[in-house]
Amino acid sequence: MIPEPTLNSYLMLSAVLFAIGTAGVFLRRNLITILLSVEVMLNAVNLTFVAAGRFYHSVEGQIIVFFVMTVAAAEAAVGLAIVIALFRHRESLNPDAFTSLKW
Amino acid sequence: MADMDALLFWVLGAGAIVASLLVIGQRNPMYSVLLLIVSFAALSGLYVLLGAPFVAAIQIIIYAGAIMVLFLFVVMLLNVPTEDPPTGYHARLLGGAGPRRFGAVLSAGLVLELAWALRRLQGAPMPDDAAAVPSSVHAIGVKLFRDYAFAFEATSVLILVAMVGAIVLARKEKS
Repeated sequence: MIPEPTLNSYLMLSAVLFAIGTAGVFLRRNLITILLSVEVMLNAVNLTFVAAGRFYHSVEGQIIVFFVMTVAAAEAAVGLAIVIALFRHRESLNPDAFTSLKW
Repeated sequence: MADMDALLFWVLGAGAIVASLLVIGQRNPMYSVLLLIVSFAALSGLYVLLGAPFVAAIQIIIYAGAIMVLFLFVVMLLNVPTEDPPTGYHARLLGGAGPRRFGAVLSAGLVLELAWALRRLQGAPMPDDAAAVPSSVHAIGVKLFRDYAFAFEATSVLILVAMVGAIVLARKEKS
């Protein structure tokens, strides 16, 4: 007998995915992988919204996911444009190479 | 049937976690992007289990289809196969290892705290009656274009601004 997934199972899964994304942002030294980790975090939040929407018999959870995806697309486009501009400037994707504003 | 769904939840959830872990474990961003698509596919399956086929479809079409292709384009365009190994000052004390180890501890603490909080809650079983959940595209469309029409229009402005911004940022400087 397999345990039936409850709302908590979905929230827990989403929490784990969010923490993996956080760890990626902190641990990787590659701007593209950092942006990918942010996408992992956004997806974890989307899972929370859909699970909660299902739990409360509401369609709003799915609508907010639609908006989150739009913002994620805009974020990816602008973020990658900045990465390209930075790479042209320094020939590197390592965030440690960009320290001009560091005090 | 319910047993099958439960099994699918555990399989897809484990798949999403393993794929996400591999995403942040790769040095080559190319593999990271491809593994992230695997993670998105698993999440899309979870959305189907949650009775949200519309979200599952746009997850594949927009995320795996559009955003990840954008990432792949940039990875191929910049052609930096692997990230630099830690060298010099950054491999040593404050600049490198310290904050990174702190970040790992911080994210582990985040999981522990969330687990602790969620254990205090009683397990709330998912409502079984899928028919009672208004998940059809029709219901989403009516709600989206009636109650959230302003937010929808604002999103189009956001996309326009992002498009102009991306073009301006990535353009070659003429000097």
